[in-house]
Formats: sequence, structure tokens, C-alpha cells
Amino acid sequence: MTEEIVIIGGGTGGSVLANDLAERLDEEIDSGDVQVTLINDGPDHVYKPVWLYIPFGLREPEDGRRPLRELVDNRIEIRQDRVTEIDTDAQQLATAERVSPTHYDHLVVATGSTLAPDEVPGLAAGGHDYYSEDGALALRDELLEFTEGHLVLSVIGSPHMCPAAPLEFVFMADDWFRKRGLREDIEITYTYPIDRVHGNPHIAEWAKPLLDEREINTETFFNGEEVDPDARTLRSMEGTEIDYDLLVSIPPHRGVELIEEAGLGDRGWVEVDKHTLEAEHADNVYALGDAAATGVPKAGSVAHYQAATIGQRLASKVRGQVPTAAYDGKTICFIETGMDAASFVEFDYQNPPSPVTPSEKIHWSKLAYNESYWLTARGLI
Amino acid sequence: MTESQIEPTKTVDARGAACPGPLMDLIGTVRDVDPGDVVLLLSDSDSSLTDVPEWVEKAGNELRAVDEGEDHHELYVEKV
Repeated sequence: MTEEIVIIGGGTGGSVLANDLAERLDEEIDSGDVQVTLINDGPDHVYKPVWLYIPFGLREPEDGRRPLRELVDNRIEIRQDRVTEIDTDAQQLATAERVSPTHYDHLVVATGSTLAPDEVPGLAAGGHDYYSEDGALALRDELLEFTEGHLVLSVIGSPHMCPAAPLEFVFMADDWFRKRGLREDIEITYTYPIDRVHGNPHIAEWAKPLLDEREINTETFFNGEEVDPDARTLRSMEGTEIDYDLLVSIPPHRGVELIEEAGLGDRGWVEVDKHTLEAEHADNVYALGDAAATGVPKAGSVAHYQAATIGQRLASKVRGQVPTAAYDGKTICFIETGMDAASFVEFDYQNPPSPVTPSEKIHWSKLAYNESYWLTARGLI
Repeated sequence: MTESQIEPTKTVDARGAACPGPLMDLIGTVRDVDPGDVVLLLSDSDSSLTDVPEWVEKAGNELRAVDEGEDHHELYVEKV
């Protein structure tokens, strides 16, 4: 009988895992003992880090899209469909396109993050974002014509995708306006929900002097509660009000609804063992990337490394061996500090980050990685 | 008033979450509840003993009680 492995979601985690399994379970797949199915609700794989560059006119949305079929091993069945229900007792999925349920022996949830701007009154109408294709394009329209006034970057949602991206955006905007001779006419303010400028204290300690040096205002303990698009004000839960001319926000994030409906975790984040990535509330279910509530950043590198852990554990289980692979919290992240300089951090559950001195070399390394990312999605690097 | 006399409207179990996870979980819950509601935060991060009171004061809410335990701490926050 064929053992069914089903992956929901064709982002970084899902794609890397599918290719990992195709290689690791090569013989079992060829012999028909194992079937791996990747279900995605669209035809494309989307590389979200490209979106940071769209508002500055440096990239287009299509630079971050490729057909999944071009990236994933041909022996993996790709189904374009939307999962509507996970029944963890019966080990089956309901989907939008099929009447009969889809059985699984092992399920991997890689459903990522969604944006929930409606949780903050006025935010959808008054704010912009670069955490979606549409948002990045709309922000580009505003930013390219922005020549004077108050630009406010407000981190409202946490956890959110790519924790470095808010800092990157204000560092890039500062440099971009300076190079164009506009900075004296533009005030930049960065707000953050807790009492420092980043969730990680080591990154916050590194970033604060840079923000000060660049004359970027900071407001901490600022949790955006309401936006008045007409008056152009952003009010926080702490009672602070900021006037803005251009509001760029990191909106609240959620996972997909079906996770909560399946009892796997709150707000769409699957509660997992942070080392084995196995779901706490169901058997034979794993989660990785943004969908997994591990406490590490919702970043592509995390999904990449977690995919290797799950791939090894699944291969062991299929072969009747004791799985021993464990995710150690490894995260790597480039941090743009301007239009032509960047830093880099690497950390895990035990070792905190220590951002390196920004340089042009690291900036180009980031851009080079972005170009070669497609090899990661293919499982090659 | 002792902790046992406070009836929380909601409980946030942030045990196991590293800083600033417990504070962020608390803020997210306080955002959703009504004024007068009490949120109980369970946290095994010692930083919650400092960052939660700081945020509660900054936000104008009230820290009704703090119970420091060996395994975890219990912080009762009333939304004002």
C-alpha cells in the first residue's frame, strides 16, 4: 500500500521539502511505496523578499514568481486546489476542487502568513504595505512621487514576516531620499510595539544607534490601534497620536483559518514541538515556516532549514526507523542598511545574533542570493 | 485583593515563548478585550516581570496582581 505524504502550501517551506523528499525517498517514490503530493492554491511559487524592492522601483512582482511545476521535482504530484478542512482524526483533507476527501499518512502544513489589516480600524484605507504584491505596487505609486512630508513606518502586527524588513525599509528610504536630495524635506518615523526597536534585543541594540545617526525618529511601546485616513493620524493603544503624510505599516498577520478550525493552534499558527516540528494537538502532522509557532522569525531561511528536519524525520518514519533529526532554531538574515550596504545575522535557539558591520559586499551578497534563490526552491542550495 | 480572588476574562498561556513573545501575546489579547476585562498572562520568562509592568503603565492599564512562581509567573492585567 502506498504511503501518502501531503504538503499543504507551495512557498519556500513546501517547495524545499517536496524536493528534499524527492531526493531522500528516491527509491520509495519510484517503486510506488510512497506518494508525495503538494497542494497549492495557485500555480506559482512566490518569493516574497522581492517585495521590499518594489516600492523603490527596483523590482517587479513577476521577479518573485515562478511556476511551481518548474521548481518541483517531476515525481511530486502538484495539485492546484484549496484545502478547506483538515480532519486530523480521520487523517483526511477536504478540498475545494474534489468531492472525495484526500487521505494522508503524514501531513505537513506549510500554509504561511496572511495579512489582516482589518483588525485595525482605518488601516486598510489609510495605510500602505510592502508585504503583498498589490500593497507593494500601491506603495510604489505613492513613494515615487513623495517629495516632502512625514513618512511613518509602523510595525503593528507581531509576529510578522521577515522581522528585519521594517528596519530595512526605513534605512533604505532614508538613503534613497538623501541620494535624491529630498531628505531635508522628509521626516521619517519608525514605531515598534515593545520598548525597543526590534523584538530581538541584540538586533535592537545594534539598530538603535544607526536609526539615531540617520535621524530616523523612533517611537517604542507603540501599538497602532486606529487610523483616521481623513485626518491622517495614527493612534496607539498607549494613547500616542502621530500625524502622517504617508503611512507604511506592517499589518497584523494571521495564518489560514483552517488551522484553527482543525484545532491545531490559534490565529492560524500550528502549535508544534520547536525541535521536531510535530504538531502538539494531532498525530502525523508537522508544520514549518510561518505556519509553525516556534518563536523563531517568520523567514524563508527558517522554512528552508526546517524543511530539512522534516524531510529527515519523514524519511526515517517511512523506513520504520527512529527519527532523530531536530531543528536547532537556525536563522540567517540579510539586513539592508541603505541602498548599497547591508548587514547579516545568523543565530539559533542557543546563540544570539550579532549583526556584522554593514558593507557594500554584503548588500551585493543579498542581491546575488535573491537571484539564486530559485536554486534553493529547487532544493539545490 | 489576592490573585485567587481575581477572575480573569481571558488567560494567555505564553509559557515556553521567549522574550518578547509573552508581552506581544498579552498586547494582542488586551487589544481584543473590552475595558474592565482582566487578562491573565502565564509566562516563564523573567523579562515579563519588567517589560509587562512597563507596558501596562505606558498604556494606562492596571496591573492588578503579580504572582512570581518558580515554574512560571502569573500577571493579571486589567484593560482600563
